[in-house]
Amino acid sequence: MHDIVILGAGVIGAFIARELSRFQLDILVLDQENDVGNFTSMANSALIHSGYDPEPGTLKALLNVRGNAMYDTVCDELDVTFRRIGSLTVTTKEEELSVLKQLQERGRRNGVETFIISAEEIRQKEPQLAHDVKYALYAPSAGIIDPFELVVNCMENAIDNGVKLSLNEKVTAIKPIDGGYQVTTSKDVHHGKIIINATGVNADLVSEMVAPNKFSIKPRKGSYFVFDHFDNNFLKHIIFPVPDERGKGIVVTSSYSYNYLVGPNSNYIDDREDLGTDRDTMEFIKQSALRLVPKLPFDKVIRTFSGLRATPNTGDFIIEPLTDHPCFINVAGIESPGLASAPAIGVYVVNQYVSKLIELRPKVDFNPRIRPLYRFSHMSEKAINDLIKKDKRFGHLVCRCEMVSEGHIIDALSRSCPPHSIKAVKKRTRAGFGRCQGGFCQPLVLKILADHYGVNEQDVLYDAESTFILAEATKGGGAHE
Amino acid sequence: MNKVHELICIVCPKGCHLQVDDDLNVTGHGCPRGIIYGKAELLNPTRLVSSTAKLISSDLSRLPVVTSGEVPKGKIFEVMNVINGLTVSAPVALRQVLVKDVLGLGVDIIATRSVKR
Amino acid sequence: MNKVDILIIGGGSAGLAAAVSAYDAGLRDILILEKDRFLGGILNQCIHPGFGLTEFREQLTGPEYAERFINEVERRHIRYELDTMVMAMTPDKEVTYSNAQQGLVTVKATTVILATGCYERNAGSIALPGDRPSGVITAGLAQRYLNIDGYLVGKSVFILGSGDIGLIMARRMTLEGAKVLGVAEIMPYSNGLNRNIVQCLVDYDIPLYLSHTVTRIIGKRKLEKIIISQVDEKFAPIPGTEREFEVDTLLLSIGLIPSNELLDKLGVPTDKTKGAIVDQNLQTNIPGVFSCGNVLHVHDLVDFVSAEGKIAGKMAAKFVTNPIKTLENQIKVLPQEGISYVVPQRVDPNRIYGPIEFKFRVNKPRNNVFFVISQGETILKRAFHQVAIPSEMINVVLPATTVIDPNMPIIVTVKERQ
Repeated sequence: MHDIVILGAGVIGAFIARELSRFQLDILVLDQENDVGNFTSMANSALIHSGYDPEPGTLKALLNVRGNAMYDTVCDELDVTFRRIGSLTVTTKEEELSVLKQLQERGRRNGVETFIISAEEIRQKEPQLAHDVKYALYAPSAGIIDPFELVVNCMENAIDNGVKLSLNEKVTAIKPIDGGYQVTTSKDVHHGKIIINATGVNADLVSEMVAPNKFSIKPRKGSYFVFDHFDNNFLKHIIFPVPDERGKGIVVTSSYSYNYLVGPNSNYIDDREDLGTDRDTMEFIKQSALRLVPKLPFDKVIRTFSGLRATPNTGDFIIEPLTDHPCFINVAGIESPGLASAPAIGVYVVNQYVSKLIELRPKVDFNPRIRPLYRFSHMSEKAINDLIKKDKRFGHLVCRCEMVSEGHIIDALSRSCPPHSIKAVKKRTRAGFGRCQGGFCQPLVLKILADHYGVNEQDVLYDAESTFILAEATKGGGAHE
Repeated sequence: MNKVHELICIVCPKGCHLQVDDDLNVTGHGCPRGIIYGKAELLNPTRLVSSTAKLISSDLSRLPVVTSGEVPKGKIFEVMNVINGLTVSAPVALRQVLVKDVLGLGVDIIATRSVKR
Repeated sequence: MNKVDILIIGGGSAGLAAAVSAYDAGLRDILILEKDRFLGGILNQCIHPGFGLTEFREQLTGPEYAERFINEVERRHIRYELDTMVMAMTPDKEVTYSNAQQGLVTVKATTVILATGCYERNAGSIALPGDRPSGVITAGLAQRYLNIDGYLVGKSVFILGSGDIGLIMARRMTLEGAKVLGVAEIMPYSNGLNRNIVQCLVDYDIPLYLSHTVTRIIGKRKLEKIIISQVDEKFAPIPGTEREFEVDTLLLSIGLIPSNELLDKLGVPTDKTKGAIVDQNLQTNIPGVFSCGNVLHVHDLVDFVSAEGKIAGKMAAKFVTNPIKTLENQIKVLPQEGISYVVPQRVDPNRIYGPIEFKFRVNKPRNNVFFVISQGETILKRAFHQVAIPSEMINVVLPATTVIDPNMPIIVTVKERQ
């Protein structure tokens, strides 16, 4: 019987796991995907919101602001790329100045400092904005982050500190038993004294396995364009339109990797697995973005994708145990500002609930830091060459577009939350994220994965189980050593 | 009734539009090879077959091969079967004959690259 | 810092030709840097015949064509490094590259010849609608897996794009045992050579759907189906024309883009081609930096890539013996209505060393047209073509004796014959 079983290894499950790994507890994390952070956590705007937007008094407001403040330390400890570039919520309409003032007041009540600036200062800060932008709300504490690194490194740290992770386990049934719960998955049966449900878009369905719900989750889709690198200084802040009842609106921003990101729209859907994009939506997003940033070079788009938000019908985060089930804690409806709130949610869940259910004895050897990554862009030529002398695979570049070496991939494979697929390698190293989208590097990464795991090349996966890249060997196979 | 067939010549990348009647008169060709092709395409269409063969080598696992001349269109898949059954060991010379007179069709299967080891 | 006279980035058809040509022009200090584990570039995976008709007056397969040039490089003992990636280049031609044996090396080059070829356009850049399953892959990548590594990426295939890569792969995968259900082409005419329509599609009864595109990809994790629709003149899907295909693979053959990042990062001006703007000597606006082959503009026939590589090699060799500090007073070459682009985009009137070859494409199929190269009222050269199509690059050569006015732009026009 584990002390804690966490369902879901997205950004929320990862931070809860890490927070709990400070203590002497037996912790297991389960996820249905073939990698951590493989659903909502990897398909979002990658923004750490400042926190002026949530309604004061809500959990969203409380945890967004707390979480935002934690990110400098978190990203230092977990070696995650994070840049606090600030956001501008802009309007072209004179009458919307009052909306910006309301947002500012909301921010003030949430403890977030913002400034209202007008056309001339906006134009100085961001010359690429449409010339009829009249006012903007400037929130300096907003930032952009590498959401893939964040979840992987957070989980790696949790695992380094004793947490166990099991992937490809979809929860099918949960039964209360003496002293805890029995969790049945597509692969195995597990037992835990305390269950923490962080299963994203499916959280209501999972919670219902234990007892009828008071909440429901509806998937809300948002699509995005990703642009190639073209000019690191094209935009220096996150650009928001004025929010409406549907949400924060279509953002235009530089990303952590100096790509540009445009999106998301907001569209309720029924299918909890539908990550498709459609023509009309993409056109709508494009026109909305061009309205604010007229010179966005849409001929430089290299990718489109969609993500699903886990939108609760309660209007706020749901972080509480089920009625009559104090040891089954729901952490559900974590839509925006979920990413910004994640570290604070981890602490909140532990302090508010887990600490009252089980004794928390700190681990003496808890280490909040992961072994740093090798970042060529931050290393001197001498440092890189010293590294190559130690392991010459760092000299063999595999991904031309993003300058990723064989050594980086081997390093990712050597860590405690390693990649098991082409996509997982991409998320950790950026190999395949560039303009050619894996056209050159994919065969090389495939071979590295096959060699490392001792499997045939035909068994290497693109992402989930059975998504093989290669169908069969020609000539009846053979002559493939 | 003498029918005129419209064909595209495939001898070279120019792709001239040919007209060939049932008496094998060819027009529309850009060079003499087009006449030969036009006639052959009606009587006995032939093609080159290019593929890869299993290779035992430390450098590569497949060897590119081609037929040294054209084979009847109807025999393409049979020639492929022969190629699929080959296992070639390095070293291989460029244009090395791997199968002489494949299926008695008067052409060989040859390697189109050399492999040292 | 080490020095090198001629640094060639890319050991494919353009780079190999440039190296041999530079050597034959008298230079010996030449270095080729190649990112893959063998020389030859994309030719190594183009195992089909159709190469060399101009260059060698024979029809060769890709690997054989490559091997001829590789042999020329080996015979001359020209230096090359494999598994080597160029990381950066400065405007002063200091080039940093990396490989496992040497680590990071920075070398000062007197001349740099960029011969890095192209990469394939992807689903994302056309915002292909639908799900994001595995099984959607570019034709060139599928070709590499098939011809170099020996694997089929799928058994039941549809192809988007009727360019030559797509057509060749239609045949190739059929021969290896896959079922190719069709090829969709958004234009009302095919982009590939006519001969390939015959010997890759007609021969195998593979239907070609012109004026069609893929409008939906279906499959949560793995590709299950695609839907194609007919499109109108504005390329918008026509409702009611949908056709569904059950496939495990969608091959994308939707365009090639020059891998011009090294020059893009230096702000070297580019053209519609997405390659650098060059003069008739293939020199960019950085003296001593040349561009040739597919990275300059996408070619159809490798023979012309080799020809371009030879010019670049020769001109780089000239630069080493007679370096130029600045490039000035270049004449602009302006394509007019009906011509998508022209290479070279500039003519340096002070450095004309031979005939000037203008290469361009029409933007739609034309019949019975004259291509006219002129300056002001003066016609420099006229060429008649019975057939001109966008997928076939046209070249018109101005003899070396042509008198060029250094003060007027050169205009390239296409006109119907009256």
